[in-house]
Amino acid sequence: MKFIDEFRNGGVAGSVARRIHADVVAGRTYRIMEFCGGHTHAIARYGLPDLLPDSIRLVHGPGCPVCVLPIGRIDAAIALAREAGVILCTYADVMRVPASRRLSLLTAKAAGADIVMVYSVQDALSLARAQPHREVVFFAIGFETTTPPTAAAILEAERTGLANFSVICNHVLTPSAIQSLLDSPEVRRLGRVQIDGFIGPSHVSTVIGSRPYEFFAEEYEKPVVIAGFEPLDVLQAVWMLVRQINEGRCEVENQFTRAVTREGNVKAQVLVGRVFELARTFEWRGLGNVPYSALRIRDRYAGFDAERRFGLRHESVPDHKGCECGAILRGVKQPENCRLFGTACVPDNPMGSCMVSAEGACAAHYTYGRYRREARAARRPAAGAS
Amino acid sequence: MNARVRRHGRALDLRAGRVDMNHGSGGRATTQLVEELFLRAFDNEWLRPMDDQARCDLPPGRLVVATDAHVVSPLFFPGGDIGGLSVHGTINDVAMAGARPLYLTAGFIIEEGFLLGDLKRIADSMAAAARAAGVSVIAGDTKVVERGKGDGVFITTTGVGVVDPALDIHAHRAQPGDCLLVSGFIGDHGVAIMSEREHLSFDARILSDTAALHGLVGAMVQAVPTIHCLRDPTRGGLATALNEIADQSGVGMHIRESAIPIRPEVRAACEFLGLDPLYMANEGKLIAVCRAGDAERLLAVMRAHPLGAQAAIIGEVAADPFHFVEMETAFGGSRMVDWLAGDPLPRIC
Repeated sequence: MKFIDEFRNGGVAGSVARRIHADVVAGRTYRIMEFCGGHTHAIARYGLPDLLPDSIRLVHGPGCPVCVLPIGRIDAAIALAREAGVILCTYADVMRVPASRRLSLLTAKAAGADIVMVYSVQDALSLARAQPHREVVFFAIGFETTTPPTAAAILEAERTGLANFSVICNHVLTPSAIQSLLDSPEVRRLGRVQIDGFIGPSHVSTVIGSRPYEFFAEEYEKPVVIAGFEPLDVLQAVWMLVRQINEGRCEVENQFTRAVTREGNVKAQVLVGRVFELARTFEWRGLGNVPYSALRIRDRYAGFDAERRFGLRHESVPDHKGCECGAILRGVKQPENCRLFGTACVPDNPMGSCMVSAEGACAAHYTYGRYRREARAARRPAAGAS
Repeated sequence: MNARVRRHGRALDLRAGRVDMNHGSGGRATTQLVEELFLRAFDNEWLRPMDDQARCDLPPGRLVVATDAHVVSPLFFPGGDIGGLSVHGTINDVAMAGARPLYLTAGFIIEEGFLLGDLKRIADSMAAAARAAGVSVIAGDTKVVERGKGDGVFITTTGVGVVDPALDIHAHRAQPGDCLLVSGFIGDHGVAIMSEREHLSFDARILSDTAALHGLVGAMVQAVPTIHCLRDPTRGGLATALNEIADQSGVGMHIRESAIPIRPEVRAACEFLGLDPLYMANEGKLIAVCRAGDAERLLAVMRAHPLGAQAAIIGEVAADPFHFVEMETAFGGSRMVDWLAGDPLPRIC
């Protein structure tokens, strides 16, 4: 495949890996957080850690929209689908997120609620057009990448007078999440989480540009490299970060020069700005309430805001007692530190949100990487053995 | 047609007619449907007497039986349809014991309102697939369910075959050191089905690989009678089938990503949709496990057969108390290849 295989070339990977090995300073640990679940997935799928020196630790970040979606918002969506008789549309991964009372959108669908999996918000618009007597609600989720299509859909619904279409907006913002992590007590005061640098998601920056990260580099003195999602992109970003850390630089560097600019996609930004405004606060699973970290639909388009249209209320619901998703999302713990991981919580029956999406840290580790843990366990002599 | 076939007034309207509840009542309409549509398609000495059962002779050997329900959506897809699929799927299940399939039975659950013309197309496709495979459909049943209580047509087939008692091909026989072979490009069927889904209308020219594999298996067992395991990686794809064998045999597996044959179009479609070709269904491929010393000979025999031209050795069986399947990625790392979790596709076979 042209433009894909070049970025998965094992030979080139080997030579980049050799340079990383040559550049790491002996005795130093490099803790690099890949913010985005897409990177987490690529790292696990291509076995990237095998190519890196042990001194480089990749810490998974909270950039998986499904993982950070609070239970209360799924509960409200399930209630809407079950009680208000609407057709609720959403992307696939959301269907399996565990909500309260052992429910999920998938189990609610099996019990008769009208819930439809769509591949694009345009599918939800088409459904609304085809069924003018039904209310069609799109459960919108995602970081800056999926926001412009939702904005375009709302504008199209307004332009074509599609009165039976509305949106539950769960669009969240990458820079606010990173800032919340850096401001968290674990990082700032307790020193429990050491983060030496960030790999930023390139698809987000094709929309917002690289400029929003300049603040972190300056204010928090953390280097950022914006990287693509192919394994070679990630490997090169790691190398760029190692060099920044070695040289004491804290800059925003752009690895994904093939599509990311400093300013981003201004047209998309204008579109988003027309329809959405900053929400004062938004609850994130694992991070709690984060100020100005999400978008809400502007008053001018209130008619398309399902939360106002149906008077939705979101209760804050705590995670399962044993679930460590919160700590894992903040980089405080690794999936294997959770006692539910791989036992009660598995991809076929997820208890925490990180086990749901293929981009979740737990699901990626379970699907691609738990072999290492098991293999290590097998090599360890059993307790009490002589 | 047989002279004993009764007259039913007007013949079935195969152009615009539809299946109605009368066709499932067991009365004259049912008989007319069976005679004019199914008997005409499958015509053979066992069906012709229109008994409730078939009596047939078996050559020497051990009896092998398999049953498979087919609920694919859409019913007609690039490279095949539910009719041919329902023949190939069951023949392949029988063949994976190293057996020669001989007879099939077929049960049809048809939804009220289904076009008779489409039903004829499906029956003809089944008959053609069975004839090509040298297998006879010797008994069957039809039921009609109310509109909305089925999805067009569901077909359950049962296959009967015989196997040489000297062969011992089981999914629990993989042993550390054995070689893993696959008979050709993986993922074609899953992607062909995907490309037909109305809300995923991308223009892939990928055909389902639906095919009967007993001819290939016959050549394989003749050359290497000591084959340990055979399995057709249908739902859940290559990844799931390897995990099944690993689990049943109590072993681990090491495979090499760069050795697995995948069409560029299939890789591209999977890339586009965020799917992994290792989990895409196949309907005309098999996995073989044999002793390392037999692997090259088996590979040569497979490649000499039209259904195995792209066969490849993709890895080895290893001792592993956790029965994991591990893959060396083309990128140079390694990762687990786990069981399929959830459902990446709607009904595919």
